[in-house]
Amino acid sequence: MATMGIDTPRRRAAGMVCTGILVLIAVAFLAPLIWLVLSCFDSAAQTSVKLPDHPSIDNFRAVMNTDMLWRPLWNGLLLCGGSALITVVIATLAAYPLSRYQTRFRKPFLYTVLFATGLPITAIMVPVYGLFLRLQLIDSMPATAVFLATTSLPFAIWLIKGFIDNVPISLEEASWVDGASPMAALRYIVVPLIAPGMSVVLIFTFIQAWGNFFVPFILLQSPEKLPASVTVFTFFGQYGAVAYGQLAAYSVLYSMPVVVLYLIVSRAMGGAFRFAGAAKG
Amino acid sequence: MAIGEDLAGAVGRVTAPRRARAARATRHLPLAPALIMLFLFFLGPVLWSVYSSFTNAALTGDGAQNPQWVGLENFRRLFSDPNVTNGIWLTVVFVLGSAVIGQNLLGLGIALLMRGRNRWLRGTVGAIVVSAWVLPEVVSAFIWYAFLGQDGTLNQVTKALGIGSQDWLYSSPMLAVIIANTWRGTAFSMLVYNAALDDVPTDVQEAAELDGATGWRRLWSVVLPLIRPSIVTNLMLITLQTLSVFTLIYVMTAGGPGFASSTLPVLMYQQAFKFSEVGYGTAISLLLLAIGAVFSFVYVRVLKPEA
Repeated sequence: MATMGIDTPRRRAAGMVCTGILVLIAVAFLAPLIWLVLSCFDSAAQTSVKLPDHPSIDNFRAVMNTDMLWRPLWNGLLLCGGSALITVVIATLAAYPLSRYQTRFRKPFLYTVLFATGLPITAIMVPVYGLFLRLQLIDSMPATAVFLATTSLPFAIWLIKGFIDNVPISLEEASWVDGASPMAALRYIVVPLIAPGMSVVLIFTFIQAWGNFFVPFILLQSPEKLPASVTVFTFFGQYGAVAYGQLAAYSVLYSMPVVVLYLIVSRAMGGAFRFAGAAKG
Repeated sequence: MAIGEDLAGAVGRVTAPRRARAARATRHLPLAPALIMLFLFFLGPVLWSVYSSFTNAALTGDGAQNPQWVGLENFRRLFSDPNVTNGIWLTVVFVLGSAVIGQNLLGLGIALLMRGRNRWLRGTVGAIVVSAWVLPEVVSAFIWYAFLGQDGTLNQVTKALGIGSQDWLYSSPMLAVIIANTWRGTAFSMLVYNAALDDVPTDVQEAAELDGATGWRRLWSVVLPLIRPSIVTNLMLITLQTLSVFTLIYVMTAGGPGFASSTLPVLMYQQAFKFSEVGYGTAISLLLLAIGAVFSFVYVRVLKPEA
């Protein structure tokens, strides 16, 4: 920052105060996490923070079995990976005509899409449960994945349309002259160019779905179909005396994939998560 | 030749508009799957909820087989139900406390404090704040459940300071969930404001400084007006997100004790699934949807995309 050029004692003092406040904020944000880190290595962990008497990986070993961990993680992968793939494919198909052709209903449709991104999905879960009940789709993983995909569609269409808008149309016009159909142009010219953006939307949708508890909690019932987000809750709620150490270990293992994915995306996008930046007015 | 040309011309005249119309229709075909999904799983449930909020639909028993038309009964009950009035109030408190005040001001504060600090400090503080945001919602809820519990970290600190301890989730459940949601969501506002502040030209600030404007004055009259669009967008986005928070509150307090932290999403769940009154739960969800629709409408108006 250019203003830092003039270094007065007053400014230096102000800078130290700022640093001090930032450190305090960081400590406050870190404090709740200490419990998680210490408890996952303590097989006698309670809700209190203390160094484990006998640090071990027993908690991890205890939860690492098919019923508790592997199957729920696999279910989560199917559910969230499936819904993320559906979202990106369907949103790209929808975004292309919206980006390329002028029609009367384009503008109202785009406004509706943007409006839908703001609606509280939580609020439609009761009617969706009713709909699934009537269509006999309760406890169906494919139907749940499609529903999850639908909830992220408006946002994905909005983002991908933005990416396609940035691809110059002259490239496609050349291919149309050569007799290629619009779909071929989309497949062979546009998609390769927006692939980085599409993969970010894919990962972002996956992260969102992975953390979603409410949707699978309402729409799925059989224990062997539940993803980790719900299993960790039932595991926490069902035992009289909660095994907090195992809960902490489970939470760490369940969080790991999205933390890694987040690191990949933020690294690829240059340090900051630009989705937040995309919200700039 | 002449006949051939005429014929070709005639055929061209007939088919060209028809073909063009057909082409115009087919080129919008890729929209179909998205439209079908949105109609079936988005608009459909909303319309169905409008219908069933006029019935006594239930999960089990007679109401499940033959829902009866009850007219405005659910809505009459809605506006005379103290739990609903309480739920609206708690939702307002939750959104104002955790989003508008908590996440927004803290995020702006952190972004402002970070300006001009060295890379290492910026990176470390940023990473810590973002890590709270990246964790899945259920995990955040567990962490705060443990932190605020009877034997939790906070009570260990207050005991050490001699202030005494209390079960925060029981004594002040709303404060507990507000703090937890602030912790969880601040990173988003921080990132938005970091990006916005990066775009504030430094020469504007230097000019203000040369004019003798103090730090606060510069912030209030130069920096904040320049990032006003980001502030408005951010406020709308976090309000909409916070309005529909269910998991964090449900896992931490389950809406309790009693109905002390039953915001509208939690109350909706309790009525529909715990008390098996789908019709009534749907009426509550319509109320929540209506509030969200108002905010979303304002948001679209504010954003005014050049579609």
